[in-house]
Amino acid sequence: MKNIKFLFLGVFFGIVLSKAEIISWYRIYEMFKFQSFHMYGVIGSAVIISFLIMQLFKNEKIKDVNGNKIVPNEKSKGYVRTLLGGSIFGLGWALSGACVAPLFILFGFDFLPALVIIIGALLGVFVFGLVSKKLPN
Amino acid sequence: MDFILQPWPWYAAGPLIALTLFLYFFFGKNFGVSGNFETMCTIVGAGKFSDYFKKDWKERDYALTFVVGLVIGGLIAANFLIPDQTIDLNPKTVNDLADLGFTDAGKSYLPKELYGENVIFSLKGFLILIGSGFLIGFGTRYAGGCTSGHAITGLSSLQLPSLLATIGFFAGGLFMTWVLLPLIFG
Repeated sequence: MKNIKFLFLGVFFGIVLSKAEIISWYRIYEMFKFQSFHMYGVIGSAVIISFLIMQLFKNEKIKDVNGNKIVPNEKSKGYVRTLLGGSIFGLGWALSGACVAPLFILFGFDFLPALVIIIGALLGVFVFGLVSKKLPN
Repeated sequence: MDFILQPWPWYAAGPLIALTLFLYFFFGKNFGVSGNFETMCTIVGAGKFSDYFKKDWKERDYALTFVVGLVIGGLIAANFLIPDQTIDLNPKTVNDLADLGFTDAGKSYLPKELYGENVIFSLKGFLILIGSGFLIGFGTRYAGGCTSGHAITGLSSLQLPSLLATIGFFAGGLFMTWVLLPLIFG
């Protein structure tokens, strides 16, 4: 039951991304074609406001529910993994029109095709897990 | 109530995404979604094949709960909140898509050329969907995050790896959209 707040937060996020058409294949396509401001407005304003929120976390103006300082996890460094891994992700993003959260939202939205993509994603993660130690960083 | 049923503009969505990030961190956890793929692999026994998946997935059960919420959110939106699935596309986008063989662009959220039932059950359509998933899964774990973890959380906390990953997201996305999609569908 301690996780119920994450359930509601997921429902909320799912509705936001659905209503703003971020789960639509067309919105991703037009973004990569530079034919609409919509996705740039969404991501840009989300990042700018999140940056301000991060400042409040950093200055400890806001602490988490347990009273602890909020510190975002440090991301793994490495030029190859971020640029190459990111590019591989980008190929899949533009082809399916869905990044990870929208993929799960689409599962509720239009069950069958999303299920196929999710199975593909799990295969991809599984293969990554098998070869991760051999990949350049 | 009418504004709820209309499409939400970017200036509503951006702040609401930031609000989600805020609450996620406020609840004491690090915002990101793609780690769930690893958790799911762990649950179905991938740890037998690679130490990479030998983790205690219960430590990340809150994130799975979030994912269940995403699915429910999609269900609610599809059935109650989007009476009109039309996407208001730039006429240029509609034309470009017509050249690729996509008819009815923007008449629903998802193109039938990719998501239609007759496509999923064709070999080409099935391979496209499962292949796109494979790229998403492999790429996001190699890069260490997806749009949520890197482009939103990582960029807003000024982390260099996230900037590089986001550049990668766009490099891959542009290459797919401008070079590969015409080859796949053209």
